[in-house]
Amino acid sequence: MRWLPRSYLTLVYLLLYVPIIVLVVFSFNDSRTGYNWGGLSLRWYESLFNNHAMVQAMWNSLWLALTAATVSTMIGALTALALHRYRFRGKKVLNGMLFVVMMSPEIVLAISLLGLFLLLGLQLGYVSLLLAHVTFCLPFVVITVMARLAGFDERLPEAARDLGASDFTMTRTVLIPVIMPALMAGWLLGFTLSMDDVVVSSFVSGPSYEILPLRIYSMVRVGLKPEVNALGTLLLVFSLVMLMLSQWILSRSKQ
Amino acid sequence: MMQSIKQQPFRAAVLLLVWGWLLFLVLAPNLLVLGASVMTRNPGTFISLPLNLDAYRQLFNPLYLEVFLHSLYMATMTTLACLLIGYPFAWALSRVEKRRQMLLIFLLIVPFWTNSLVRTYALKLILATNGLLNSALMSLGVIDEPLQLLYTEGAVIVGLVYLLLPFMILPLYSVFEDLRQDVLLASHDLGAGRFATFKNVIVPLTLPGVLAGVMLVLLPAMGLFFVPDILGGSRNLLVGNVIKNQFLDARNWPFGAAASIVLTVTMALLMFAHRLSKRRLGEEGA
Repeated sequence: MRWLPRSYLTLVYLLLYVPIIVLVVFSFNDSRTGYNWGGLSLRWYESLFNNHAMVQAMWNSLWLALTAATVSTMIGALTALALHRYRFRGKKVLNGMLFVVMMSPEIVLAISLLGLFLLLGLQLGYVSLLLAHVTFCLPFVVITVMARLAGFDERLPEAARDLGASDFTMTRTVLIPVIMPALMAGWLLGFTLSMDDVVVSSFVSGPSYEILPLRIYSMVRVGLKPEVNALGTLLLVFSLVMLMLSQWILSRSKQ
Repeated sequence: MMQSIKQQPFRAAVLLLVWGWLLFLVLAPNLLVLGASVMTRNPGTFISLPLNLDAYRQLFNPLYLEVFLHSLYMATMTTLACLLIGYPFAWALSRVEKRRQMLLIFLLIVPFWTNSLVRTYALKLILATNGLLNSALMSLGVIDEPLQLLYTEGAVIVGLVYLLLPFMILPLYSVFEDLRQDVLLASHDLGAGRFATFKNVIVPLTLPGVLAGVMLVLLPAMGLFFVPDILGGSRNLLVGNVIKNQFLDARNWPFGAAASIVLTVTMALLMFAHRLSKRRLGEEGA
């Protein structure tokens, strides 16, 4: 009976990956209709990079993901350290809020942020996107760093304090190096979440700052666009590299 | 208080930053939505006094009620499908030898890291009238005419299952990982058959995983508005589509907010059930 679970696993993996494989194969398809095979071609990649608005949206998205990941990693790391080291009033509330952000449907987060920004009169664009993206990335960074801190020898920071280091110096010289792999992994995850987000972004972005997922969204709503196959393939390769990098960092740090 | 700020300026700064961010960007916006849901629609300022429950009443308007129920139906079907596929999958996965398990988990989270829009679009390539599935079925002689697969309820459910399956599998996998073989052996030794062991031992022990998975699938399955936009046409809307239309197009904040509160309350109930099931397990184990 051992073949049964195995073939079942294989079947499900196959179903998960068939659409992705189809997408990649079709991105090299010369045919315009998008269904029939018309020979090998790079024309969709070419037309992608000749599309000025598309390239601009790509840069915007990269910049947004870069900054959102960096800010959320910094705040997330400090949050995790505070939760791990300090006793303070309302710690449970803080934990609870992070949990709520992670669990609540994206659309709920999206409208709540849109409401806030509009009431404050904040122009929708890069800043509103950044604030929103940092917020939904934050809990993921916090749990990644907390997981790292959980297996950490508490005597090290104590020793540093006994030797006269201030809280800040101790954090900088002892804690930061320890949580570095988690910071990098959290950063990569934040970057990817930001690059992929559609739901929150479609609420809090404005015409002044067009980002890639929203551009794709407007393209795929009607009909089939072969350029999307090419773009999707590029994004796939990109995320794959990010994910492998993050796994590599985390597994190397375990040794 | 002042004393502690002077003594530990770093600690104070960290706490201030963290609290500030969460109060400003999590608590305040959520309270705002709660407030907006009981206010009156206003074209100029979006919301205004007086307070009332009109928005909640509007949810029971037959037109919207139908959309909500249909959305709930599709979300339930999605969750059931994910559970039916995911439960045996997680079980089988937890029995694979450790070395290979890591690779398989990696393969499971790759989709989580890839653009969900692009993956939804990829399904469109397969399900379209002259897409791959229809072509394959026709060339095999199973069907003579292409089937209408796209822009149906089924297409939306397939899309949601495709995007959300890993979120069902991962919590299930983690409870199966904790399921100790000796417990199963003990059940067997006490004379329980396969089915009795499954019903009385495995199901209760994996229940927290099931509920966590349901929580992670059911709610997004009502919110991911781009899935029906791409695969479902205009007749298979989700609650997410309604919220989006009401907020962005109709500018009806109270109604959009009320719909979102309903989602949040559903989430809270599911979380409560999850905690309850975990606590019960803890008591029984102790």
